[in-house]
Amino acid sequence: MSTPTIDIHRIATLSRLKLTDAEADQYASQLGKILDYVNVLEKHDLSGVEPSAHARPVFDVWREDVAMPSFTCEEALANAPRKSGDQFMIGKVVE
Amino acid sequence: MNLANESITSLRQRLVAKEITPTDIVTDLAKVIEARNPALGSYLSIDVEAALKEASTADVSQPLGGIPIAIKDNINVTGQPCTCGSKFLQGTYTAPYDATSIMQLRAAGAVPMGRLNMDEFAMGSTTENSALGVTRNPWDLERVPGGSSGGSASSVGGHIAIAALGSDTGGSIRQPASLCGCVGLKPTYGRVSRYGLVAFASSLDQIGPLTKTVEDSALLLNHLCGKDSRDSTTLDESVPDFTAGLKSGIKGLRIGLPKEYFIEGVHPDVSAAVAAATKHFESLGAEIVEVSLPHTDCGVATYYVLAPAEASANLARFDGVRYGLRTAIQGDLLEHYMNTRAEGFGPEVKRRILLGTYVLSSGYYDAYYLKAQRARTLIRQDFEKAFEQVDVILSPTAPSPAHKLGEISNDPLKMYLEDVFTIAANLAGLPAISVPCGFADEGGKKLPVGLQLVGPHLDEATILRAAYAYEQSTDWHKAMPAI
Repeated sequence: MSTPTIDIHRIATLSRLKLTDAEADQYASQLGKILDYVNVLEKHDLSGVEPSAHARPVFDVWREDVAMPSFTCEEALANAPRKSGDQFMIGKVVE
Repeated sequence: MNLANESITSLRQRLVAKEITPTDIVTDLAKVIEARNPALGSYLSIDVEAALKEASTADVSQPLGGIPIAIKDNINVTGQPCTCGSKFLQGTYTAPYDATSIMQLRAAGAVPMGRLNMDEFAMGSTTENSALGVTRNPWDLERVPGGSSGGSASSVGGHIAIAALGSDTGGSIRQPASLCGCVGLKPTYGRVSRYGLVAFASSLDQIGPLTKTVEDSALLLNHLCGKDSRDSTTLDESVPDFTAGLKSGIKGLRIGLPKEYFIEGVHPDVSAAVAAATKHFESLGAEIVEVSLPHTDCGVATYYVLAPAEASANLARFDGVRYGLRTAIQGDLLEHYMNTRAEGFGPEVKRRILLGTYVLSSGYYDAYYLKAQRARTLIRQDFEKAFEQVDVILSPTAPSPAHKLGEISNDPLKMYLEDVFTIAANLAGLPAISVPCGFADEGGKKLPVGLQLVGPHLDEATILRAAYAYEQSTDWHKAMPAI
């Protein structure tokens, strides 16, 4: 398959990354080259092959619903760039 | 006294014999780090006081009692920085907990000492993607140590660490170990808990040891493995004593050479060293068998779809709210995220987040991500078939010895191809080890070359036994860089 044109601005927004125009041009071109290379997968017949999300089949892992030791509020907030009382502080979300 | 040159095994004997104390080791190590780290750049930070304090109470009767272990800067150790080589976490994050692997090492008496440089968020093969400093190869300071665990390999190869932990997603323990002349082991996926390792690609990441000898590798592995309720991908399998069978030899061991790995583009000195090592294995009683891994050409492509896809999801947690850098630019929530992440991440991390987001995005998921997941199945099946014929698979670890600083870092695709021999073991979840097997000659400099042994699922014991037999009957591991 030929490599499609990459809408780098859409991808950057989905990625939550602000790019300068120069960065956008550079990444679009580099991603194009990498995706061209990825087309090597076309050489093999992959139809009917089961996809693997893990190296080995992984099944649901269950445990008893028992609380384990975890952070105190203070520990959880220790690295927060902004906090207020015992909460993380973010910018205004709702108008 | 310079205890920094010694192996864990030899230091343990001297500790038990009461010839030395844990404090002696930490003191010696601190001295050589102070002297050589400015040139090597292996360590990003080190808290000597804390290490001395822990050494003073270390229980020498434990199997790793009193042994300092240097830690890659993406594994959490309580009270220490964990920068992941990124501006995002530099000066803005102090680990509030120990990773499971650190808890296990502590339980065995080891002392975590020092934080090692790495490619930012473990993305890279040269450590040049670290935003926090240059790390150099102890064998030639003009060259890279490999990556992403470049600080780990450079510190062990440069004898300014006794041993180190690294992490391996596509070769990030084995490739730098090969380039710096030390032993690097990636365990079977699920052997070692990833709890407390900052996630890059969760289905591929494993923590493992970088050591001066194979015996040290086995010894450290003994205290890293096991089921962990905090990482649901850990395997509920018994953990053997990996040092027990090391010395039983390799008579009759079947070693596979994948014909697809002996390709153009491998440095002639690497090819020659691996060919000589193959003959050497034969002389030790191994049987050499040609095998085929027909989907080898899919490896790098599959990896560079799956790993960035997983990374793009994992790195979404860096949002400037709970920890790490937060932009000073005012704006709405979307602008907050976009500016924070633009300021915090370096170019390679951005490139992979963009690539990962793209291959997961609507319209391209089937064309790239799903296809790569299918190719991953074929790559795993290649190994399963090959292991019906052989016990281990031998290849070079890396296609070339260490490159010069700056030589390949500007060409992402060229750098990605550095991982051509190591990636498949991650995709298939298999254990693999790199051991020194000779030197390449580049402009009058001796540069280490490593060979890789890949084993079947959960069979670390066999690759360690083969590596040990080779190491003990050669002198490569005794060579020391002239720094």
